[in-house]
Amino acid sequence: MALLETRKYLQGSALGGVNPDLASERQTPSFSVEKLTALLDGGEENTRIRRAVVEAIESDPVFSRENQYFQSQNEKYEAAVRKAVHLQKKMHEMGWTENGPEFKYIYRALSGEIAFLLHTIFMRSISVLGSDKQIAKWIPLAMQYQLIGSYAQTELGHGTYLQGLETTAVFDITTQEFILNTPQISAMKWWPGDMGRSATHTVVFAQLYVQGKCHGVHPFIVQIRSLQDHSLCPGITAGDIGPKMSFEHIDNGYLMLQNVRVPRENMLSKFCEVQPDGTYVRRGSQQMNYLTMTAVRVALISHEAVTPLMKACTIAIRYSVVRRQSKLKPGEEEAKILDFQTQQEKLLPHLAAAYAFHFISNYLQDLFNRGYEEIQRENFSMLPELHAFSSGFKAIVTQYCASAVEVCLWACGGHGYSLLSGLPSLCTRILASCIYEGENTILFLQTARFLIKCFMAASAGHPVPPSVTYLAAVKPGKCPAKNKFDFLSPDIYTQAYRHAAVRLISSTAAKLQVLIQSGVKKHDAWNECTVQLVQAVKAHCLYITVKNFAETVERLETKGGIQKIMKHLCDLFALHGIFSNSGVFLYDGHISGAQMDMVTASYLDLLAVIRKDAVPLVDAFDFTDKTLNSALGSYDGQVYQRLYEWARKSPTNTQTNPAYEKYLKPLLHKKLSKL
Amino acid sequence: MMNADLRRERAAATFQPELLTHILDGGPDRTRRRKEIEALVINDPDFQHEDLNFLSRSQRYEQAIRKSSLMVMKLREYGIADPEEIYWFKRTCLGSFPEPFGLHFSMFQKTLETQTTDAQKEKWLPLVRGVKIIGTYAQTEMGHGTHLRGLETTATYDPATQEFILNSPTVTSIKWWPGGLGKTSNHAIVLAQLYTQGQCKGLHAFIVPIRQLGTHEPLPGITVGDIGPKFGYDEMDNGYLKMDNFRIPRENMLMKYAQVEPDGTYVKPLSDKLTYGTMVFIRSLIVGDSAHSLSRACTIAIRYSAVRHQSELKPGEPEPQILDYQTQQYKLFPLLATAYAFHFVGAYIKDTYRRISGDINEGDLSELPELHALTAGLKAFTSWTANAGIEECRMACGGHGYSRCSGIPDIYVTFTPSCTYEGENTVMMLQTARFLVKSYTQVSSGQRVTGMVSYLNDLSRQRIQPQHVAARTVMLNDPVSLVEAYKARAAWLVEAAAKNLEAELNHRRSKEDAWNKTSVDLVQASEAHCHYVIVKLFAAKLAEVSNAAVRAVLTELCLLYALCGISKNTGDFLQAGILTDAQITQVKQRVKELLAAIRPNAVALVDSFDFHDSHLGSVLGRYDGNVYENMFEWAKKSPLNKTEVHESFHKHLKPMQAKL
Repeated sequence: MALLETRKYLQGSALGGVNPDLASERQTPSFSVEKLTALLDGGEENTRIRRAVVEAIESDPVFSRENQYFQSQNEKYEAAVRKAVHLQKKMHEMGWTENGPEFKYIYRALSGEIAFLLHTIFMRSISVLGSDKQIAKWIPLAMQYQLIGSYAQTELGHGTYLQGLETTAVFDITTQEFILNTPQISAMKWWPGDMGRSATHTVVFAQLYVQGKCHGVHPFIVQIRSLQDHSLCPGITAGDIGPKMSFEHIDNGYLMLQNVRVPRENMLSKFCEVQPDGTYVRRGSQQMNYLTMTAVRVALISHEAVTPLMKACTIAIRYSVVRRQSKLKPGEEEAKILDFQTQQEKLLPHLAAAYAFHFISNYLQDLFNRGYEEIQRENFSMLPELHAFSSGFKAIVTQYCASAVEVCLWACGGHGYSLLSGLPSLCTRILASCIYEGENTILFLQTARFLIKCFMAASAGHPVPPSVTYLAAVKPGKCPAKNKFDFLSPDIYTQAYRHAAVRLISSTAAKLQVLIQSGVKKHDAWNECTVQLVQAVKAHCLYITVKNFAETVERLETKGGIQKIMKHLCDLFALHGIFSNSGVFLYDGHISGAQMDMVTASYLDLLAVIRKDAVPLVDAFDFTDKTLNSALGSYDGQVYQRLYEWARKSPTNTQTNPAYEKYLKPLLHKKLSKL
Repeated sequence: MMNADLRRERAAATFQPELLTHILDGGPDRTRRRKEIEALVINDPDFQHEDLNFLSRSQRYEQAIRKSSLMVMKLREYGIADPEEIYWFKRTCLGSFPEPFGLHFSMFQKTLETQTTDAQKEKWLPLVRGVKIIGTYAQTEMGHGTHLRGLETTATYDPATQEFILNSPTVTSIKWWPGGLGKTSNHAIVLAQLYTQGQCKGLHAFIVPIRQLGTHEPLPGITVGDIGPKFGYDEMDNGYLKMDNFRIPRENMLMKYAQVEPDGTYVKPLSDKLTYGTMVFIRSLIVGDSAHSLSRACTIAIRYSAVRHQSELKPGEPEPQILDYQTQQYKLFPLLATAYAFHFVGAYIKDTYRRISGDINEGDLSELPELHALTAGLKAFTSWTANAGIEECRMACGGHGYSRCSGIPDIYVTFTPSCTYEGENTVMMLQTARFLVKSYTQVSSGQRVTGMVSYLNDLSRQRIQPQHVAARTVMLNDPVSLVEAYKARAAWLVEAAAKNLEAELNHRRSKEDAWNKTSVDLVQASEAHCHYVIVKLFAAKLAEVSNAAVRAVLTELCLLYALCGISKNTGDFLQAGILTDAQITQVKQRVKELLAAIRPNAVALVDSFDFHDSHLGSVLGRYDGNVYENMFEWAKKSPLNKTEVHESFHKHLKPMQAKL
């Protein structure tokens, strides 16, 4: 094929260096990109380590994702297993350990496309819920991969509502065994990762029955496949649950248990135990249980929500300065689409949100670490706040990021829909995060319970956790802004968010009370108010996010222009929130109609300001091309050439077309009857 | 056996779903005919096949081609020729999936029917209708989509041989995305910049053969292939096409309007608005599709929510249906109301188009600008809303919604590109805005405007600020009064955008710059206008419903649609002074009351859409509600379950365990 000419670049080398439209964006950033990267990583040393890990992984062909978009479900699964196995070798080779500073970057470098993630959860649940003896028995086996573990909690009929699980474990005193059963179809375990094809063992959550009495849900270690030939153990029916929107590399599985017997010692018994004579003993605090959930939720905010949003922003923003479409001024060349206000409005607030949520995720991680230390000292007082925080923020961040990633996809026009853009995979994957580890609506309502309780306590003058003390100081007041520049003051917008949060929480609490006082049963009253409660929790989380962003900016160094650009992003995030939910702020007149026009004006001004630094701001996320795996978002911006080259590698082009001989030819030659 | 919960739900409905189905179909006769046609597909073993989700992309394409070919044959056999009847037949056959011949029958054939001379018709139409050739419509290029003037493909006329020479001069000029182009078609209508006598005459359409008849190999000078995997559309071979000095005879230019004479003289068309017709038609189909796709997602989510029990509402009582939770109702019922609203909007546009397109053939184009402006905005408004709504339905099904067996992922990925194709939504909104600003300017200069924008007349003539009329008079239980509130909001936002635009122009910005600086406002104005049109059409529909029980339930849906729209856009209504704080509180309260009122009819309201299970393609949304057993049956067919021990065990797991 003749060498393609292009409009104005691509002469010379294979892909012709960096596209000038992208290069020009990088010429005069207002800040030091390298310094911002270091800030995001939490220090230069971390940046160095991260880059070394990414380099080691990406230079290893076993970890290649080159064919990712062309693989079938079976091929993806096999690749994920191959990578997981190879990773063990790699870690050994590189001297990386599970507790080392490199570990957390491995997942990022692999973009999470690896099997045996549930193996880790399997181990964690044994460490947290198991007795010392159980830990000593199982953990070494798991570490050595003498077995592969999974974690079987969710059933066909029940998810987030754990008390409703239907699997049973009945203690048989004569043989000192538990007999496990999934008594009806809805009790079948459904969704656990790694369980469909890989796992040999799993932690099964089941209703414990001893001498006819139900003691609620407890965890049991159950072997499901032979360690010799991997065939299913007697009484076990297991398999893959079939294709999903994403996670095709994971064998999410189903599991039916028919009179499966496990020894008494297989019930994880740090907190509860069934003694040989059938006595049920409960000891210690079950609250540690919550801690695992909290830890998982806090971690996933960063890995599964914020990072994908950062990637999507990188792809969409780089593409938006390469793509030129229609003219802004007659006679000039077509404009970069990022110069259109509507395109800025789609992407830049989400870029600001990626930063806002990055900082809130750091904040939560710190809070969690502090809480964890306290808990180690047997002080559980922070737990309710931690739990509420992790639930509410898991819900709001995953929900926000999921829809933001979708916006990035749409913002790339038609090409966004090509898998080669990288955006559809980011999109379908992040969508799952709204459901797993607690369905978002239910999590919002868990946080609502905490907030309402705190509000009541605060109103009665009782002490409340630090994050909610603001609820005690309810003061009406109007927004003092006089002109659009006043809205660039963090005090002013933070106050507006706070006002909205207090109003929504207090009015919902009042509504609840009115209902209860009028004779409505507590549970009905709660259900009556749930729509408002969800809105109140969102307002609370957004207030904390804005406040934390503003305080973070305050603490940043002024060198390298970092503080200035972060301040712009903070302003943008805050004002976009007011602009797009204006009713919440106009209601009760905290912000007047005239002030709302000022908000809009300031907000639109900020879009133009941040536009100039948009590319450096995504460059600072420092994703390699291999990590992005996007024909649209590569660092060099050679979008069209790459799209064409990648498409030609598609099996639909490299293999013959069976449909022609079988169907098209008879159709065209009117031999339809033979079809 | 029907699931007991669903049986109870159906027994408790206050109206007869069939009556509502008749309204949606346009009469009992239409319903009967639709069912007849659907039965032809459902009872035909030739159309049975494995769930496409279990197949590879290549297998899916092959299945789709098989089905497309079969459909051609069977439609002919049954003598089905009415476009709507063909549509019923095909959608039953295809479920959520596209067909590779789609563009052959829509764009390829339609363009040849409308843009060719009689001689061209005579030559091409028999070939097209008899499927002796398969064609597609190649407009979009890698570098340009909605902005047509930017297309780069060239067609240069050579008077010496009386041929056009087609070229894709750059990477960005490669045709990219057309459906059926990659593997299926042997002809394409190519849009290219016409050059004759050294001058560029703009975009024109050409019939280009791309593959050899008989062997199906690409012709010399043609590079054609599939653009690779996408978000959805696995069945479709969206393609690329690159042409290098490819020659076609002069007669292959579509010459009903513009012409190139043998010596290269260019004859201008009478009006360039004529080509808008097809675009308007396709966009009106997308509005209908928004309603259709959202209806399907609602059907699945609402039936499943009646079957699924979870957690407790009252201590000690059995787990309630999740549809009893207010948050679940709040997710789903507004979408159900939206699906009905969009259905009526779709029907309205179709009727209007039919009426106006009659006029076009007789040369009366006066209504075309408004229809063009309206369909652009409504296409964007409905596709954005439906897209987000389908997603919400999926999430309302919790984890199982994420499984392909729920059917919603397929609905979603097939529907979502409509936010982009046939005109990128933001660009569409701005087209509507241009019309609104133009109308506003006309009114300001003393002219009157007609049609859906006539509310602008009041705004300017009477100089009445919306707050003075509205605040006292909006009655939250009266759809007609709510239409007025939406009208006031649209007027307020159109005026604000127009004034901001003027202010930018007064800052001595260029016209284009000022427009760009105001575009966020302009999009909002367009959205408000579309929202008004939808509420208005829904409210108007109520008066046509004769059955009291059906009218009552539709009125609730209409109120819910209008009030939810207010509660999600309270800022506009408050800032414009259309509603007070106290009224906003009432709106929110009223929304919750309506959720409770609609609850007993929720299942009957989705039953009324009357989707056959095979068309719905969902285990969660089955009519009989036997969800869990059938999920298990479905999963057993998954490709990963073909062998009990997966080969990965022998290849990777076992060696690893041996080594460690």
